Amino acid sequence: MTSDLRLVWVYPDLLSTYGDRGNLLVLERRARLRDIGVEPVFVNSDQPVPRDGDIYLIGGGEDLPQVLAARRLRTDGGLAGAAERGAVVFAVCAGYQLLGHEFGGADGEPTAGLGILDIRSGRGDQRAVGEIVANVDPVLGVPALTGFENHQGVTRLGPDAIPLAEVSVGTGNGDGTEGAHAGRVVGTYLHGPALVRNPGLADLLLGWVAGPLRPPPAESDELALTLRRERLAAVAP
Amino acid sequence: MNKLPLRARLATSVGGAANRVSRLAGRGDGSVIGGVIGLRLEPGLLALLAQDRQVVLVTGTNGKTTTTRLVTAALAPLGEQIASNAFGANMEAGMASALGQAPDATIAVLECDEQYIPYVLVVTHARVLVLLNLSRDQMDRAAEIWLLARHWREAIAGAPDCHIVANADDPLIAWAACDAPNVTWVAAGQRWHDDSWCCPRCGSHLRRTGDEWKCHECSFSRPPVRWALSGEDVIDPAGCVRPLGLALPGRANRSNAVVALAVAEVFGVDVVNALRGLRDVTSVAGRYTTVERRGVDIRLLLAKNPAGWLEALDVLRPPPEPVMLAVNAQVPDGRDTSWLWDVDYRGLRGRQVFVGGERRTDLAVRLQADDVTFEIVTGVEEAVDWVGHGTLEVIGNYTAFQQIRTALGRAA
Repeated sequence: MTSDLRLVWVYPDLLSTYGDRGNLLVLERRARLRDIGVEPVFVNSDQPVPRDGDIYLIGGGEDLPQVLAARRLRTDGGLAGAAERGAVVFAVCAGYQLLGHEFGGADGEPTAGLGILDIRSGRGDQRAVGEIVANVDPVLGVPALTGFENHQGVTRLGPDAIPLAEVSVGTGNGDGTEGAHAGRVVGTYLHGPALVRNPGLADLLLGWVAGPLRPPPAESDELALTLRRERLAAVAP
Repeated sequence: MNKLPLRARLATSVGGAANRVSRLAGRGDGSVIGGVIGLRLEPGLLALLAQDRQVVLVTGTNGKTTTTRLVTAALAPLGEQIASNAFGANMEAGMASALGQAPDATIAVLECDEQYIPYVLVVTHARVLVLLNLSRDQMDRAAEIWLLARHWREAIAGAPDCHIVANADDPLIAWAACDAPNVTWVAAGQRWHDDSWCCPRCGSHLRRTGDEWKCHECSFSRPPVRWALSGEDVIDPAGCVRPLGLALPGRANRSNAVVALAVAEVFGVDVVNALRGLRDVTSVAGRYTTVERRGVDIRLLLAKNPAGWLEALDVLRPPPEPVMLAVNAQVPDGRDTSWLWDVDYRGLRGRQVFVGGERRTDLAVRLQADDVTFEIVTGVEEAVDWVGHGTLEVIGNYTAFQQIRTALGRAA
């Protein structure tokens, strides 16, 4: 790496409902453990989204902010441009939905998304609230996802998107699958700080940009792995 | 009280008996069970009990219990009996219970859960509604806050006789109250900005300069204030600056006190007299109490959400004073610990920090990311052992705080 890795947090003023900063902090920390320099970039909704970032993070939000964010991002074009260029995009919950062709707006009406992921979302009958566990697409080589979901969305994948995982506990997309990936774009219904309990997924995103990563010093990973074990044990059938 | 219909009288007396039994049995503060039974016998009990009383409702994400206590203290100079759900039982049963227990009170100061406001505002015909702040809180069960603000707005539009006392520094609160005919705006401050970067009216990014905030697209802006908190002082409507001199610590409580003074003004209580009442309040439902344990003075602070943690961290005595943080994720706390990542813990660097509670591993991982060093403990006793002497500050979220209070023998 010749220069620092640019981590772009898209619209924290609109899309950061619950601990979304965690994903930025986890990526920063895990990069630092490999002596990779990181430059965090915060882009508010009144600023243009830079196209030259390495990893883009986009978080969760309430219905109205989600609609506003989608409208602004469509006009801005920066995020779609970056994705097209092959930048890594990691999107959570409302952010995941708005990467698709459409999602349910403030009153459930279909609202245009960015079309970066081949998915369509709408509003389901019931809110999915609780712990979620899902086995990740083996192609990605990442251990099972553990997290918390809190959404009323239902998402269907088109032919150009691949389910990120198969749900074993919880709801996810609503059809037994959870999230989606295509190229270097990853979306998930695990909300907020999704990478905290899933350091493997964090390393996957970092590795896409920085190349093969050496394992972090064991003692620095101990707590995160303990937390993973605890949360997985807490929901074990 | 004698004007109550027979069924309401029966509901009140049966409920009151249940409250006493609950307290005697050591099962709780006895502040809810009576109301639950009473409401089962007479579903319209709250409306009947509120009749012919001047009701003040206090709501917001943070500071409800303390502000309810402070408003009660500020109204004391009126010399009237005041009914109040002083222990934070803020749903219908808790309010009914408080009113039932004080049949002769002409004034009621009631803490009300945010989601109940539209209903309670109608049935109690409140004279004053206090709106403190709105921020993210236990999102696995609470309504989203923009939606909540919209519900408040609609409820306020249907209650034109109610006088609103509202925090002008919180844009969501300002939006909820701005069209009401009678509003006392208070500059009560807003430490937590992360839920109000955008205009509640149109969604554009808000600009902030000093204390002012303004939307540059729809020009919605901070309303002109009548009362203001300025550092340690209050500025009254005449522009007179007075030291608050509270016994309660922290900026959040000074802000709650200024709101209480604004309520007192609506009731015609002189600011000097109202202040005297506020200064006598030393602890609120166990919060801010100091308890001695094997030579260590423990001070208990409650923080239930990111904005509350920010305020609690502000209250801490300066480093290297040791501090214990305790986090649970039971239903009353919210089952989701994601909020930990919304709190900035870097200010704890350089202190001795203990991490406890049922979700201590979540908290430990969070502190590690902020480069805060810590010891994991199984309970407050273990932290006391480590500290040995001097003082220990403890911040817990809801059930963690209650567990620590119990462990310390409810001395608090």
